[in-house]
Amino acid sequence: MTDMAVAVLPATTAITRGVRLRRRFLRRPMAVVGLVLVTLFLLLAIFGPLLTPDPLVQELTSAFAPPSAHHLLGTDDLGRDELARLASGARVSLVAGVLSTALAFLVGVPIGLASGYFRGWLDEVVMRLNDTVLAFPFLIFAVGFAAIFGASLRNVVIALAIGLLPSVVRITRGEALVLREQDFIGGAVADGARAGSIMFRYLLPNSVNALIVQATVAIPTGIVGEAALSFLGLGVQPPAPSWGLMLTSAQQFLVQAPQLAIYPGALIAVATLGFNLLGDGLRDVLDPKDRR
Amino acid sequence: MTALLEVDHLGVTFRTEDGPVLAVKDMSFTLNQGEILALVGESGCGKSVTAMSIPGLLPTHGVARRGSVLLSGRDLTTLAEHELESVRGKEISVIFQEPMTSLNPSYTVGKQIVEVIARHQGMNRRQALGRAVELLSMVGIPDPRRRCASYPHQLSGGMRQRVMIAMAVACDPKVLIADEPTTALDVTIQAGVLEVIRTLCRELGTAVVLITHDLGVVAEVADRVVVMYAGRAVEQASVGSLFAAPQHPYTMGLMGALPANALRTKSRRLAEITGLVPAPVDDPDECQFAPRCGRATAECRATRPKLAESRVDHHVACYHPGREDDRG
Amino acid sequence: MGMFVLRRVLSSVVVLFLCSVAVFVGVRALPGDPALIMAGESATPALLAAIRHQFGLDQPLPVQYIDYVTQALHGNFGISTTDQIPVSEILVQRIPVTLEIAVLAIIVGVLIGVPAGIISAVRQGRFADYVSNGFGLIGLSVPHFWLGLLAIWIFAVRLHFLPASGFVGLAEDPVENLRRMVLPAIVLGTGLSAVLMRQTRSALLGQLSEDYVRTARAKGLSHGAQIRHALRNSLTTVTTVLGLQLGALISGAVVTEQIFVIPGFGKLTIDSVLQRNYPVIEGVVMITVFGYVMVNLIVDLAYAWLDPRLRLSGGAR
Repeated sequence: MTDMAVAVLPATTAITRGVRLRRRFLRRPMAVVGLVLVTLFLLLAIFGPLLTPDPLVQELTSAFAPPSAHHLLGTDDLGRDELARLASGARVSLVAGVLSTALAFLVGVPIGLASGYFRGWLDEVVMRLNDTVLAFPFLIFAVGFAAIFGASLRNVVIALAIGLLPSVVRITRGEALVLREQDFIGGAVADGARAGSIMFRYLLPNSVNALIVQATVAIPTGIVGEAALSFLGLGVQPPAPSWGLMLTSAQQFLVQAPQLAIYPGALIAVATLGFNLLGDGLRDVLDPKDRR
Repeated sequence: MTALLEVDHLGVTFRTEDGPVLAVKDMSFTLNQGEILALVGESGCGKSVTAMSIPGLLPTHGVARRGSVLLSGRDLTTLAEHELESVRGKEISVIFQEPMTSLNPSYTVGKQIVEVIARHQGMNRRQALGRAVELLSMVGIPDPRRRCASYPHQLSGGMRQRVMIAMAVACDPKVLIADEPTTALDVTIQAGVLEVIRTLCRELGTAVVLITHDLGVVAEVADRVVVMYAGRAVEQASVGSLFAAPQHPYTMGLMGALPANALRTKSRRLAEITGLVPAPVDDPDECQFAPRCGRATAECRATRPKLAESRVDHHVACYHPGREDDRG
Repeated sequence: MGMFVLRRVLSSVVVLFLCSVAVFVGVRALPGDPALIMAGESATPALLAAIRHQFGLDQPLPVQYIDYVTQALHGNFGISTTDQIPVSEILVQRIPVTLEIAVLAIIVGVLIGVPAGIISAVRQGRFADYVSNGFGLIGLSVPHFWLGLLAIWIFAVRLHFLPASGFVGLAEDPVENLRRMVLPAIVLGTGLSAVLMRQTRSALLGQLSEDYVRTARAKGLSHGAQIRHALRNSLTTVTTVLGLQLGALISGAVVTEQIFVIPGFGKLTIDSVLQRNYPVIEGVVMITVFGYVMVNLIVDLAYAWLDPRLRLSGGAR
């Protein structure tokens, strides 16, 4: 019933849609917290490595040192500055998360739009393939991928992108399915617009909201995925820093230096939490369920 | 004769994220035993909200309500939710606009009828089922015993609405609220469903509050009419009196927009009321229809007109009521 | 319903076929010559040729594939290249272990997640909702391998309550077995419960705003009865989610078994890929895919059974 009430409003109030969305977002404390956490993560990843000492420098004599003025969070098992390693690891995570998401979107959005818009045999084939990719538990696939193509950050990003692809295709297809029933599409077709133009100029902009929300889910998946793969030894190789790698070596030293296991994992958790909160908030504001 | 249902200065405001929405500003009307009252108005005038306020079916949060609703002398607005649960389905029933989504798709039709019977009347399962079959045949559904085991999606729109009606009258309520019961149905089915409502309610003596935007439906079924505009009643009369001599310019505008009436005018064009319904965000002390009214004067914009008797048992809220040939 | 079942089964078979081909080709693409690995240091061309012939590696790919499938259908997955044990034996040894972790994790996940989701939806906006939601979000955000490390640190290192790693068969010693399975199961189950909680909550909230719940309220049904109406229609979503999460569960098992050093299916996966143990790799992935497809099929059928619209119309929704 409140949607009936709200539906009457927009046509006659003076505030613009952008302002209204921003206000609704800011009214949600959890969403704002998410935004803050994500911003902190970005700051750490972008500026952190510039402000901390070299994470690769080993000082074997001062391994496992407690926090000090010289090493704000102490050192790890090889005497390397822990904070510097965390900051560089943040950068790796950011790259992994963002690049894999971008790649998945670049490939997945056109496929999803085409599949949802054209339906028919194309849709069937895409859905079957999508299910097939989904049928592979991701880590098993990633392990095989790393075995064939070698373990590196670049390959991790590609493997992650492939893993993220099915959800992107599915979401985009879902949007296309709903949008194609709308009258303005029928109007465009009647005007003689070509399929590609319809998809690009009409379907895509109207799917942006759902895609933004999906991105806030995909990026942390990428971050955690990179950490997991590096943890297993299939991703970033030592001595390059990665949060996952830091956890691997920390496991051996749980007794003498548990903090080495706590820091990287906590950062992963906080970054993921931030994206999740942000995504929830954006979803409420941009893509509420009672839109239809 | 005291009225069965008395709605007195009802007001409903929704607190939304984008500000307060004054859906109903001031509504007062009465419903007598066995009578069919139509609430007419266009989308957004507050008729559904008014009707849903009666059994307290508005959302529990973010809603502010003023005024009173007296059912046989008892003020329903003072009752708590769990107290209202004994009233709903038993003394006041509701049927909604969309029969497809108003029934649970996972339960059989029979089960959903039995449910309301079991809630309010202490029958055992077999008795309740028997009553359900009886009700289905009362609303004109063929082969009722077999139909009890059907799921909603197996029935047509008209049949589903009849099931809703059966569910609504199952416990012999005093008042039936019908919120646009035929709007979502095919035109060919509408008459049948309306007929069921009318004859059933006459037989059982149930009073009906019928919400609609369709004057044709009003003419066919209603005894009395309340015309609503922007959250208020602007005209109240018996059906005959309203159609014979509409008093409020808005009512006249609505009737002018009827194709049948348009055919009778010299120009043979559908008359339209220029302008838009005001947004329900504030409530200035003036006639809300004035901006769209051809006969608005300074008086209309200075103070809001109140409902006053302009003909016998025919009330209108206007400073210049009555039929004139120049309209806006 | 019959048509629906038939279509789903056929579709599963197609997926299985595509996956098996993909696996087959993918495995063959792995660098490293299995004949060379098997022959070891003393490889002569003649020996290599003999090995290739024995294992059918010199046949054209399609023939190899057909051979493989026919053998697999008889339960023969070949011999492990590293220790000459039949792959099927290895699988039979390892699968129950991971299955046990998975079952325990599912129990944990469902018992915590679904009720939490229901409470959260029913008490939306109130304290219980925020608390539930909070735990759900944290459970989602915490990477399970970190949780595993933390669990080991707290329970094994600091409290000496549970062993840090190792495995004892269920048949041998149930108590010791469970002592070692508790942490992995909880670690895996936490993530699952968080997902289930959020999905249950959102499904139930969605259903609660549907028109038929409004009808139920208008009929004078109690709040509890209204929730039951909505819950009935939320079950399908929950079942589907559970099915989808199984893939994540298996992925999680891979890492968890590494951390807790449990000789399960997951660990077998990593080890076999790193060792280029083709027959084992094929067996592992085929079983994984088969299991996943089967579970999805069951979930789909359960979904159809729960939703009368699908059940009665043969899936033509």
